[in-house]
Amino acid sequence: MSEGKNNVSKKTLNTIVSDLTRPIKNHYGFTPWILFLTGIILLGLFAYIIQLKNGLGVTAMRDYVSWGLYISSFIFFIATALIGMLISAVLGLIGIKWITPISRIAEMIALGFAMWAGLIIIFDMGRPDRILNIFMHGRLQSPIVWDITVVNTYVVISILLFLLPLIPDIPFLKKTMKDQPTWKQKIYNLLSFGFVGRPEQYALIKRLIRITAILIVPVALAIHTVTSWLFASTLRVGWDSTIFGPYYVTGAFVTGGAAVVIAMFVFSRDFRLKNYITDFHFDKMGRLMVLLMLVYLYFNINEFLVPGYKMKLAEKPHLYELFQGDFALMFWLVQIGGLVLPVILLLFKKMRKPVPSLVIAVAVIIGAFFKRYIITIPTLLHPHLPIQNVPEEFSTYWPTPIEWSITMMAVAGALLIITILAKLFPVIPIWETAYEEGITTEEMNEFVKKEND
Amino acid sequence: MKRKNKPENNNKNKTSRREFLKKGLLAGAGTVLGGGVVGSFNAFAESGDTIKVLGPDGKVMSVDKSHLKEIGARTEKQMQKEGRDGIPGRKWVKVIDLSKCKNARMCMAACQNAHQLRPDQHHVNVLRMDRGGETAPFFMPKPCQHCDDPPCTKVCPVDATFKRQDGLVLIDNERCIGCRFCIAACPYSARIFNWTEPKDAEKYEDVEYNVELNVPQKKGTVSKCLFSADLLRIDKMPYCVTACPNGVYWFGDENENAVTNGTTKETVNFKKLLKDNAAYVLMPELGTEPRVYYLPEKDRMFPFVYEGSTELKKDKH
Repeated sequence: MSEGKNNVSKKTLNTIVSDLTRPIKNHYGFTPWILFLTGIILLGLFAYIIQLKNGLGVTAMRDYVSWGLYISSFIFFIATALIGMLISAVLGLIGIKWITPISRIAEMIALGFAMWAGLIIIFDMGRPDRILNIFMHGRLQSPIVWDITVVNTYVVISILLFLLPLIPDIPFLKKTMKDQPTWKQKIYNLLSFGFVGRPEQYALIKRLIRITAILIVPVALAIHTVTSWLFASTLRVGWDSTIFGPYYVTGAFVTGGAAVVIAMFVFSRDFRLKNYITDFHFDKMGRLMVLLMLVYLYFNINEFLVPGYKMKLAEKPHLYELFQGDFALMFWLVQIGGLVLPVILLLFKKMRKPVPSLVIAVAVIIGAFFKRYIITIPTLLHPHLPIQNVPEEFSTYWPTPIEWSITMMAVAGALLIITILAKLFPVIPIWETAYEEGITTEEMNEFVKKEND
Repeated sequence: MKRKNKPENNNKNKTSRREFLKKGLLAGAGTVLGGGVVGSFNAFAESGDTIKVLGPDGKVMSVDKSHLKEIGARTEKQMQKEGRDGIPGRKWVKVIDLSKCKNARMCMAACQNAHQLRPDQHHVNVLRMDRGGETAPFFMPKPCQHCDDPPCTKVCPVDATFKRQDGLVLIDNERCIGCRFCIAACPYSARIFNWTEPKDAEKYEDVEYNVELNVPQKKGTVSKCLFSADLLRIDKMPYCVTACPNGVYWFGDENENAVTNGTTKETVNFKKLLKDNAAYVLMPELGTEPRVYYLPEKDRMFPFVYEGSTELKKDKH
């Protein structure tokens, strides 16, 4: 395994620090990107104001399809956020080393998407002004209350899992960022929590990271399981399934894995970190993706083959619609283009190189987005009793521009959070990278002090 | 679930005073009665006609007619409390005789009229059921089933929709946050949502919210059939039941084991009606235990004529 890294060979602490902090100082291409994201967010805000004024009637949702793009995007966001737990917690805890340069990236993705997932739910509410009712009149029986509880808990623990491994990097940042604006330095001072690199501080940090990493595993499993229960707890055809929990969780790992591959590509190229995020890491992520997608494929087969074999009367129209009806094109594109083909392609070593990896990951993530759409919408179009005596539009659904704008605002918002984090802090942990290069904590302390004088 | 009820004393006083006034007496001068009278007197011009009223001290007084205003019904708070408790000792049931329904849709119109609904919003919806094959289609009025194990109230995060002691499932649109989980959970598609400003919203702006009528309707909240809980409270049958010209609806109290036909006003033994006619409930396999019973769709129209045609447009479902 270690020979895979041989192209990196030995790096001095000096190179590591300057390589990893350079992207924070260098603003090339930063402004247009931020302007682009802000533009999308402003457009989405404008759309949301229209929605607040006129009610949810500006969406394509009606009495039958009463959950639409917002809820399916909500599942997608929660799904993407789950990768933080898999990479930095599960793989970290079992001692897998190659995740060092991508663990912070995974955490940033988790934070950005988890935070906006909470906001999407608010966009979907008919009466966002009454959000406090959930705390005033909350009922423990409702899966929504469970969902709000675990999503918020996940955000908090994810913040910890992002901040804790960041603390030992702060001394390096304080040294190298002397020329940066004071507000930035204030943030670094605040986040150092008095860390100066004493051995007992390192020991404490490692312990805390470990505890947080253990804590986040059940919470992360809970957020996506509970999200699946929002559907599985109803008596609807297509949602009334006992495997929805694991089906969602495994699907989430696929989505988040693809997001990490895309982020790895962007950061390694744009931040010029090719020496740290190498072909070796893409290869490893490719292998991991194959495993995750195979597990997800297994659940997909269970979810569709078994009911499809029986063709119960109530499920028949729903399944026909998916297999050969209005949703068939989307269904098969998502299943084959977004799952089966990527698995087959990633089996080849050549396909696990950065550029093919990126293309495959983009296909997977687009497929993942529409997979959530396919889980949400067709079921609602097939209620137990016929849709009658209502306008034609009640029996169809395609999101309006308002819905797309608000959803795109959420995507841009999550990317904005990731961008800001990547512009404030090194996307690759300095101290862990140095540690793996054989540099001791004493040497790191010395380095910090020397530069200080 | 017990709701907190702090100003109990206060409420009692108000109630007794209200009862006193209700018993054939008219409410009088604002200065005497204080806050009990709703509205401002300065807004009325003297009409010259006087009327005798009984004051609170027992003296008969005469006041100008224009000074009189009917006492505002119960306060919103009181309506909320009563609305959540339900009517003690009752277990409301509805029996729908499918052999009688001729798609007159008077029930739908009466319901929409009472509940501030547009023509495309249904608390009760008369569905055209087509079981396929050689059997003729039939019409099936579908109100909320007021399930005894309601999937909708379970999922509500804020207790905005709830089950009462008299068997009704109501919705409090002062509390509903509009998450629409109950709509997803209801297998009977009995719930609707106010996607936009409700019909005649400005007309109802100042109307006190009555949870038993769910009026005024509010944008961004869920609405549904209430078995006309407001009418049940004054011993009347629901809007849909009495509006039906064809004798489709029977309504009554399971505890009394009696149901009354809304058209013929005939009262019969509830259990016997069910048994003699082989009544059924919708989708019993879901375990929701509906309080709405259906008498089978015998005597079907043949050939089936719908909107002047014997051919049916195929539904997608």
